[in-house]
Amino acid sequence: MSGIWGVARAIIGREFLRFIHQRERFIAALVRPLVWLLIFAAGFRAALGLSIIAPYQTYITYETYIVPGLCAMVLLFNGMQSSLSLVYDREMGSMRLLLTSPFPRWWLLLCRIFGSTVISILQVYTFLAIAALFGITMPPWGYVVVLPGLALAGVMLGALGLVLSSFIKQLENFAGVMNFVIFPMFFLSSALYPLWKMAESSPLLRDICALNPFTYAVELIRFLLYLQMNWTALLWVVTSTLIFGGIAVWGYDPARGLMKRKT
Amino acid sequence: MSLGLRVRNLGFEYGPKRALDDVSFEVEPGSFCALLGPNGAGKSTLISLLTRLLVNPSGEITIAGHDLRQSPRSALADLGVVFQQPTIDLNLTVRQNLAYFAALHGLARTETPSRIDAALDQLGMLERADEKARALNGGHRRRMELARALLHQPKVLLLDEPTVGLDAAARSGITEHVHNLANDGLCVLWTTHLTDEVRDTDRLLVLHQGRILADGTAGTIRGNQNLSDWFLSRTEVAA
Repeated sequence: MSGIWGVARAIIGREFLRFIHQRERFIAALVRPLVWLLIFAAGFRAALGLSIIAPYQTYITYETYIVPGLCAMVLLFNGMQSSLSLVYDREMGSMRLLLTSPFPRWWLLLCRIFGSTVISILQVYTFLAIAALFGITMPPWGYVVVLPGLALAGVMLGALGLVLSSFIKQLENFAGVMNFVIFPMFFLSSALYPLWKMAESSPLLRDICALNPFTYAVELIRFLLYLQMNWTALLWVVTSTLIFGGIAVWGYDPARGLMKRKT
Repeated sequence: MSLGLRVRNLGFEYGPKRALDDVSFEVEPGSFCALLGPNGAGKSTLISLLTRLLVNPSGEITIAGHDLRQSPRSALADLGVVFQQPTIDLNLTVRQNLAYFAALHGLARTETPSRIDAALDQLGMLERADEKARALNGGHRRRMELARALLHQPKVLLLDEPTVGLDAAARSGITEHVHNLANDGLCVLWTTHLTDEVRDTDRLLVLHQGRILADGTAGTIRGNQNLSDWFLSRTEVAA
């Protein structure tokens, strides 16, 4: 039994060491949401009027509105980047080392997702701290309460990344998928604009946003930051995590064929 | 029950292409078995099946008495592997690389440092333990991978073309060391396409177009020819 936790510690520890060795990745992961927060949001503030919507009790600035979406953006980019490194690992062979461990494969993959989620959460809190320095703050307890939401959303996006990595043969193919996954997921969500605002311009786009699991990751984080629970969002995120996790385990199952094309 | 490696009626296909066809062999403990085959013979597919990166639709693989399909955890726990492709994290030290692997195989934390020291010492790498893997040359990286494959004291050792890209001295050093491991009782399967790595006293399996072409002692198989000529004549590979 101690071996199960030992392997988890080792895989998460390795992710952490990789993270320490790639400081530029950390900086890039921070610069991206900060650009959105400090430049894009400032420009958009006047253009986009927001009414009072849950979980907010009063009118809020646009900067305040997009903070949860940007937290989820950090998780999304990191989840995808982690799966990119899985493709790299597979091309470089270190994935073989992981998959020939005698521990159950689903556990090894789950540990890998946990590892990248821990790193993502560190980045989110650093982003929130910098946002606070610019005066964009949340209720103090919100920073604590949001932690399980960040973890769950991180695992969901990590599992999605794992699914993608199990279908992608080569690193070169990954860039295209990033464009077809990250940008549609981010823009077709409630990260930058509330869904009612989207419905004003296109009910169809609103419906698509309402089917996007990333929307619910954003809303889960938004509500938890304001010490409220959005049960619909929680249900969507949990269900999506289970579906993505199931497909990922299937994709990496040696008996079921997806590995056949790659080994 | 064999405590080495046993393969029975193994077959595998990539779509319509048959990669392995009714492959059967057995390697006893204390035996160095060279698996010789030209490129495309099915060696990599066989290694992927033996390491459970792929699962065999037909046939049976037994590692140290454990059926790989029915008891994959026990079988993999008794298996050490050196892959053809390097599987090292270059940003980590030699010790960190080995410690990561030790955890992947469930070794106790208290036991790991002494196991790492012993494994590195055996390969003459102890003084390099705290260097970054990136600082090692090709031969030392391979030795590190060999030390890592032995860390959990496996009963069966698979090496997939482990000398690719190494200079003559490093090749000879690794070949010699692995022969010594077999003499000490380890069951070794060494895949290669280089005939000069095979000794006359070695057990030799020749794999060609997914089938076992020859199985016996290398000296007996080659007869009066040198092994390279024999191999080329049987596999019809241009020199």
